[in-house]
Amino acid sequence: MSAKLHDIEVLQAPEPHMHFERPGKTGLVDWLTTVDHKKIGVLYWLAGTFFLLCGGLEALLFRIQLAVPDNDFMGGETFNGMVTMHATTMVFLAIMPMTAGFANFLVPLVIGARDVAFPRLNAWSYWTFLAGALVINASFVFGGAPAAGWTGYAPLTGAQYGGSGIDFWWAGLALLSASSMAASVNFIVTILNMRAPGMTLLRVPVIGWMMLVIQFLLALSFPPVTVGLILLGFDRMFGSNFYNVSMGGDPHLWQHLFWLFGHPEVYVLILPAMGIVSEILPVFSRRPLFGQTAVIFSGIFIGFVGFGVWAHHMFTTGMGPVADAAFAATTAIIAIPTGVKIFNWLGTLWGGKLTFPTPMLFAVAFIPIFTMGGLSGLMHAAAPLDLQQHDSYFVVAHFHYVLVGGALMGLFAGSYFYFPKVTGRMMNDTLGKLHFWLFVAGMNITFFPQHILGNQGMPRRIYTYPADAQWDFYNMLGTVGVVVMTIATLIYVYNVIVSYKKGEIAGRDPWDAATLEWLTDSPPKMQNFDFTPIVLSERPVWDHKYTEGMEIIAPEKAEAFHMPSYSWKPMISSCFVTLLVVGLLLNTFNPGNWLWAISAVAAVGVVGSVYAWVSEPV
Amino acid sequence: MSAHAAEAMHDDDHGHEDLVENNYMKVPNVKLAIWTFLGSECMFFGSLIATYFFYLDKSITGPLPGEVFSIGITSISTFILLMSSFTMAMAVDSAKSGTMTKSRNWLFITAFLGAIFVGFQVYEFWHFVHLGLTLQTSLFGSTFYVMTGFHGAHVSVGVIWLIMVGILAHKGNIPAEKAVMVESAGLYWHFVDIVWIIIFTFVYLLEFAK
Repeated sequence: MSAKLHDIEVLQAPEPHMHFERPGKTGLVDWLTTVDHKKIGVLYWLAGTFFLLCGGLEALLFRIQLAVPDNDFMGGETFNGMVTMHATTMVFLAIMPMTAGFANFLVPLVIGARDVAFPRLNAWSYWTFLAGALVINASFVFGGAPAAGWTGYAPLTGAQYGGSGIDFWWAGLALLSASSMAASVNFIVTILNMRAPGMTLLRVPVIGWMMLVIQFLLALSFPPVTVGLILLGFDRMFGSNFYNVSMGGDPHLWQHLFWLFGHPEVYVLILPAMGIVSEILPVFSRRPLFGQTAVIFSGIFIGFVGFGVWAHHMFTTGMGPVADAAFAATTAIIAIPTGVKIFNWLGTLWGGKLTFPTPMLFAVAFIPIFTMGGLSGLMHAAAPLDLQQHDSYFVVAHFHYVLVGGALMGLFAGSYFYFPKVTGRMMNDTLGKLHFWLFVAGMNITFFPQHILGNQGMPRRIYTYPADAQWDFYNMLGTVGVVVMTIATLIYVYNVIVSYKKGEIAGRDPWDAATLEWLTDSPPKMQNFDFTPIVLSERPVWDHKYTEGMEIIAPEKAEAFHMPSYSWKPMISSCFVTLLVVGLLLNTFNPGNWLWAISAVAAVGVVGSVYAWVSEPV
Repeated sequence: MSAHAAEAMHDDDHGHEDLVENNYMKVPNVKLAIWTFLGSECMFFGSLIATYFFYLDKSITGPLPGEVFSIGITSISTFILLMSSFTMAMAVDSAKSGTMTKSRNWLFITAFLGAIFVGFQVYEFWHFVHLGLTLQTSLFGSTFYVMTGFHGAHVSVGVIWLIMVGILAHKGNIPAEKAVMVESAGLYWHFVDIVWIIIFTFVYLLEFAK
């Protein structure tokens, strides 16, 4: 590697002339009315981390119940509520919002834009997400948590079995679905249309690409489950027959609608982590990403094929040999692009000058742990084998390897890597390494033995087991592992707080990285960049520092541009949408009391707030 | 800028003009957003229509589709909705040529035609309920009311949308360079129309081809 030709810190342009329709706010009002993608990203990330702790607490509680055989720490109904809320929380309220945090903060920065395409819609997505999260969790206070499993299979969610928790569950998820759809439209337009001059599609960094792919997955896969949830809501509120077997209804309908969403959803969870890892490995290997284009196209391919594999969750439902064979084949095909990515990461590391600060540790550990989860997933592609593994702890081990060892560890890696950009301060590396080793140890102690438990025949979702089943040792190990993971996560949270206050000052480019987000200040100014960067390669900041003739030139003349102003409208509109849903829920619990009128008033409020929104000057 | 960098810029396959223009897809942000949203809506109505066909002929009690459908009345309302696509196209055309008052008038006519369609649907639902078909009666009742009801809700949202755009045009808030606001509403309107053509063909007409 040659010596640095230019320093990124000294790149300065004159202060730009910015036009605002309304002057900015400060304090709490600023956070409630902000349309700044960076602040919304931080809000998403904070909410995601909070719900990560909630989901972890739920896991800790039901692991205590499972620690010893014949335990009576909690009853079956409570246990079912805990596992249902654990999964719902981790998937929809922890990993997805943390991902949304990265998407919001990073996407405009890596493509060299000043904000997303629709800043107010972005704020609306956040508030609607938060409302959905609160509605789901409100079930704890009003009549008990949903207990039908996170997959909500009919007829467990039907009026005769599922309690009021299911009402909160479907209504909250419907709000999250609206939020995700608005966000996906917003980010697709942003990435396709708002790139800096010269940033062709293949110059968009891998993280930007993975975010683009998952927005398409969200836009196209959420509607089926939204329909499924609406049908469920109609069954529960108005007595329709969609999942009513006594009227000829077929529970398979729910399974198809749910998994047509549910499988693309797992790629929504993992692809951003893959993007983050693809950003981190090159930086700490001092080499460009090996076969960047192949990594990008593998991600696109995974996105496409991800729509054709959903029924591999349903091999035991008796779909027939043709459907089983077809879905087994498509599922096996997905392993190919995934393998391409893994070999590209290894190729990046090979011959690199490796250093191992915390983000690199998480990124490197991601590769083998995710691969293990991927391999056990590939085993499920074989329909006859899947019949043995279905609903056993083997499946639990599989998806925790990909979602904890994969998605969550990728997000941890990203948190350490981007923390200096977000806050301007470094995270403590010693605490970070402690977090890493404890977390990796805990996760393997918990989930590796579950492969064996599954093969010994322990089914999922049982709240206790007899001593003579001989499952007690591995279950005790599982509980110990969860305690270790909990300690690790608390160290992480402590690290975030301490580093935010007292961390070492980072500067623009603490990792000597390659992409556009490191060009600007840490934390970035509201306008992100004082001047519009012109992009000449897929590694603009690296080339500025190390390649002769590829410098980024700051203009001498100050730029002038228009910036979006704060607005109350997104939050107000989001509140009316939430009120509409709350009215429906109240009506379900007290039928015949004219409580639906709340929803009618809220609908008028939605129309009014949207009109105020579009008439407001931006 | 160094010589090398300048050369690289010109070598760029997007050409120099695009380097200053952020609009890579040659489609304004609002229009691209609507197209994306409509892609999502395809999956939404696809799921609803698939559910209808999943449960077709599986009802265990009547009345059955053939006993309640009135092809004459539905043909009239379908024709009205189709005509509203024509008036919508006129509204977009006037907006693009900068005659906003004309565009406003076409928008209100379109909204009026849409409202008539919704009126027909309300009558149809009322009529079917009197024939003994409710949401709770059978799988046909559940799937029919939810599918066509969500279509009707989309038409109603469209009517509100058109009225809003019409009011903004009336108040002079849509200058000619913002004709894309009218065009976006138009894309949505045509989409909702196409969905109805699919429902009318496969749900109503096929019943009479049996």
